[in-house]
Parts: sequence; structure tokens; C-alpha cells
Amino acid sequence: MRIPLFAMIRKDLQVYLTDRRAVIMTIIAPIVIASFFGYVFAGASRRDEPAKIAVSIVDEDGSSVARAIVSGAEKDRNLKLSEQTRAQATEAVRKGSVSVAMIIPHGFGDAAARALFSGRSRPDLTVLYDPSHAAEMGMVSGIMTQYIMQSVSAEAFSGDSASRVAEESLQQLAASGMPPEQREKLRNLILSVQSYYAGAPPAGEAKDHVPGLAMPYNVSEHAVTSGEDVAYNGYAHAFAGMTVQFVLIAAVDLGIGILNERQRGLWKRLRSAPISRRLLLAGKAASGSLIGLLSLLISFTFAIVVFGVRIHGSIVGFLAVAAASAIMATTFGILIASLGRTPQGVRGVSMLAVLVMLMLGGAWMPAFLFPAWLQQLTFVVPTRWAIDGLEAMTWRGLDLSAGLVSSAALLGFAALFSLLSLWRFRWEE
Amino acid sequence: MLEARNLKKSYGELQAVNDVSFKVSPGQLLGLLGPNGAGKTTTISMLTGLLPPDGGAVLIDGSALGGDTDPAKRRVGVVPQDLALYEELSALANLRFFGALYDLSGARLEQAIDAALTLVGLVDSRKAAVKTFSGGMKRRLNLAAGLLHDPDILLLDEPTVGVDPQSRNAIFENLETLKSRGKALLYTTHYMEEVERLADRVVIIDHGRVVADDTVAGLHARMPAPANGERVTLESVFLGLTGSKLRD
Repeated sequence: MRIPLFAMIRKDLQVYLTDRRAVIMTIIAPIVIASFFGYVFAGASRRDEPAKIAVSIVDEDGSSVARAIVSGAEKDRNLKLSEQTRAQATEAVRKGSVSVAMIIPHGFGDAAARALFSGRSRPDLTVLYDPSHAAEMGMVSGIMTQYIMQSVSAEAFSGDSASRVAEESLQQLAASGMPPEQREKLRNLILSVQSYYAGAPPAGEAKDHVPGLAMPYNVSEHAVTSGEDVAYNGYAHAFAGMTVQFVLIAAVDLGIGILNERQRGLWKRLRSAPISRRLLLAGKAASGSLIGLLSLLISFTFAIVVFGVRIHGSIVGFLAVAAASAIMATTFGILIASLGRTPQGVRGVSMLAVLVMLMLGGAWMPAFLFPAWLQQLTFVVPTRWAIDGLEAMTWRGLDLSAGLVSSAALLGFAALFSLLSLWRFRWEE
Repeated sequence: MLEARNLKKSYGELQAVNDVSFKVSPGQLLGLLGPNGAGKTTTISMLTGLLPPDGGAVLIDGSALGGDTDPAKRRVGVVPQDLALYEELSALANLRFFGALYDLSGARLEQAIDAALTLVGLVDSRKAAVKTFSGGMKRRLNLAAGLLHDPDILLLDEPTVGVDPQSRNAIFENLETLKSRGKALLYTTHYMEEVERLADRVVIIDHGRVVADDTVAGLHARMPAPANGERVTLESVFLGLTGSKLRD
């Protein structure tokens, strides 16, 4: 049975290599599209500086507090700040050229300083945001809180209007019915802080001296990958997702090809030879898997050479995941041929199934962006195991066992697809 | 050599083949005729091992044909009605593939390919892609693919559909050659003149049953001579046995 099996594999490879469209779809297309997505999504990983969020700020107040907020935000490494009018900022958000716009309204500085002690009559700070960048809105709000608290507290304790603000605040507290002894303690506290800042060296003379409330900690950021000198490479994810995508599309073509061969009477001729049905399907599975594996390996070789993607995990594990992914995809293609009747009828449904598998598997966007429940649910989709496995062996740098777990899951899916194919394959016309 | 013995096959309520029996001997060409839906294709499918019969047996030299991997299938060559070829590949690559399905390899395979291509007159086109072939060349290559493993029995299912007279004549000459080599040939067609020219014996089936099994001369003798003095043709015999009603 070796000669017929090898002949079937060789023939399918010959047919594949003579089909320019098939070669483009399995080799060229994944490289081109993964390169594009890798470039788009991997921007941050290529630089030491984080990707900056485009933010507009509108200073309608013009107070020293507002100027301090703008000045602080301008120096933030996470923000790309531009000062605009309210109309300009609104238009910029609407057009998507900035993600967030923050409007400091007239009287904000005074009102915020007074509200610092009384908690009453807090001024509104308007934040406009692009709903497609809701996550960035949260980040910007968090970052700006630091500068606002610092600027407002500095004004309340040490600014030109500090005494007036303190007096007004205390009068408000008196009107609120605060007991005299408590009001006196608060007054002493405020005056003590003001006295402290009045006697402190001017800004710039004392290192690390920051008037007002300052962040009581520094954040030490460490990206955890396979090693300290290993940066996240977004191309690794893009190539994992796109190669799995095109291997699956090639598998759909394989299934449709089987149906075409049946329509053309080729399967009758094959079955008239003294070879078993299992061998016929095994030949298809072997050739399809080889083509899929070839596509994966060529694409990743390109990513390694051109984009510096590295297999920081196990090379054996990477090859195992790649091979298991190709086998899973091929058996899926054969399953399509088993369930379908005509090439025309099966194409649309199978492509829809592939697109759903790719979407849930994290081929287009990393699965960690999914809601938690969806992240768990998508483990029932084989593409999730394929993409996670390839990522585990590349930039995550996990060990062989992680690769073997993914491979075992993929082979489990392949076994399921094979059994269903053997059960449902229409051998008789 | 090849015997269909009491073959039966049903598809649900439809009895496609009902007690069909005939024999093909070495050096003989048996024409299998029947209108559309008569049961020819189902019979051929059982003879090639594609369909298991519900009853009866396919015998090769007295032994029943078994399952998919029965070695006896090596003694049978199939030339299907469809052009069962890979159009993207060359004639040579196609023949190498079909030969390997019968465990041919190396020098044996190359010799078999040379012999088959010589027989069908395609030696000069061996390296050309099949998609560049004319319809007649494809039909001849289709025949060559069925002959590679030098089968004792050749089943030909409408092998001349859509070919020009030159290619048809070439195929006929190939079949005469094979007959002279002692091969047993089973030939189905809708072209009565082909059967009249080639067949040593004719089996006509209709509604799943054999309605005639005779030589061409014997079939001619079954019909009274036309009053206008014209000679009896196989077509008139065929229509006399199966009727003139249109079949779907």
C-alpha cells in the first residue's frame, strides 16, 4: 500500500504546484496579510516608548490650575496632547483623529480647589471620547486624575488664592453645621499645610519636590515574555492567525476539490483500483496536511527572517503545533467533502464555518481581548488551540509541554473530524 | 473469465438491477446495451467493485470479487465514461499516478506507460498537460490509463462519447488489438453501429433485467425482415426489445 499512498500524495502535490491560485492563497497571501496586520498591531512592540494616545485638551478656564493640568499632561509619555477649542476638539473626536478630548470649563480651578475641602459644588470636567476607543477613555481619565489632583491641591495649599480658598471653604463648612472644634482643627490643618509650602524651597531647588498632592508611588513596568531581553513581537501573533486562516481556507479548497473529483468521475476510477477507502482518504489527508504544513513553515520562515519573530519556546513544540494545525485543517476539509453534495452547495457554508472558527479562535484579534466567558468558550474551537499553541512557542516562549497540550487538542479535533468523515463520506454516487 | 451471476441491486423501492447474468470470455468483446435508466451503470458499478450487489456475485475466473482491496481487482481495468484524468498534469504524470494505484513502480511502470502510450498513439504528447489535449486525445489517454496494469478484463463505459471519427476509429483499432491479445472486453455504448462493428456478443438490459443475450447475427435473426427490403439493424432490434417510449 506504500506505492499507492505515496503516488496519491505526490499527485496532489503536483496538482497543487501547478495551480498558481492555490500557491498564492497558501503561501503569498498569508505572508502579505500577516505582514500588514503585524505592522499595524506590532507598532508598540518595536519601540521603547509606548504608543501614545491622541488627546485634545480645551482650556476654557485659563486659571493657573488649568495651565498646570495642561502642562503636566503635555509631559506625559502616554499622551500626545494638542490644545484646541471646544469646537475643534469635538470635531476631532467625531472624525476619529483623537480618541479623547477633555474640556476644562471656565471657573474650574477655583471651584475644584474649594470642592477639595468641602466636597460640594464640584465642577464638571467634560470628557468627549470616540466610542470605538472606550478603553482609551478610561486610560486617559486615570492619567489626567493625577495631574488634576496635583494641580488643584497645589493651588489649594500654596497658590495665590490659597488663603482665600481656605477661608471660603471653612465658611462653607461652618454653614454646613460642622461643630466649631472640628472646624478649628481643619482650619489649623489647612493653615499648617499652607505654612509648610510657604517655607518650602521654590520648585526646582529641591529635587523631587512637587507642590500639592503627588502620586505616592512610581510604577515600574515589566513586559513578561520568555525572557528579560525578549520583546513582544506582534508579527508572531499576526503570522499565527493569518497562516492558520489560510491553511483552513486551503482545507476548504481541498474539500471542494474532492467533491469536484467525484463529479468528474475520478473517485470511481480510484475506487476501481484495489485500494481501501481509508487509504484513499489517508492519501488526501496526508497531501493536504503536507501542503498546510508547508504553508505554515514558509510563512513563519519569512516572519523569522524579515520581522525577527523568534521561536523562544520549543522548536519541537512549534513543529508539533504546526503539524497538528495542518492535520486538523485537512481533516476539516475532508469533513466538508463528507457532508457536502456539490462543490457549489458547500462553498458558502464551509467558508462561513471557517470565518466563525477564525473569529472565535483569535485569528483576527487576540483572544485575550475577548470577554472572560468568551475566552473560556472559545477553547471548543480548534483554531484557538492552533493560534495559542503557535504563540506559546514563539513570543511567549513556553516550554515543550505547552506545545504538546495544544498539539494533542488539535489532534483530538482531527480524530473527531476523521471519524465523522468516515461515517458520513458518500462513497456511492 | 468475467461473469455476472444473478446480480441484484435496489435503491429503496427501485429495483435497479434484477437477476442480471452474463459472461465475457477471453478474446471476446461483449456489448452491453440498454436505454437510460435500464441498469447499465449500476451493473458496471458492481462489476468494478464500486457497489456491493444486494444479491448474486461478480466472478473472475470463478472466484467472487470481494471488497475494496481484493487482489482480483488488479485483473480488471476500467475506462470510465467520464474523463477521469487530472487536467493540470501531463499525460505522463497521470499515467504514473494511475499505474502506481496498481502497485506499479520503477522500470515496470515506465515500460507499461510506454506500451500504453504507444497503443493509443500519444507518445509524442506524453509531457504535455492534459488540459491542452483535444477531446479525442483525452479519450485515448483515458483508455491508456485503464490499460496500464495489463488487465485481463477491460470494462469500457461509453469510451467514445464526444470524439471525432479519427479518434473513434483509433480507439476501435486499439480494442481490436486488445481482443487479439486475449483480453475480455465489456463495452457499453448508445452507438449501435459501434457494437455491430466490435461486439462478438450483445447483452441488452431493460428495467434491470436482461432482455437479450446473443450474437449480433442472432439478434438480427430475431426480427422479421422489413417489407421495404432494407436490412435489419441492431438499432431496430434494440427498439423492438426495449420499445420506443422515451426514457428519462
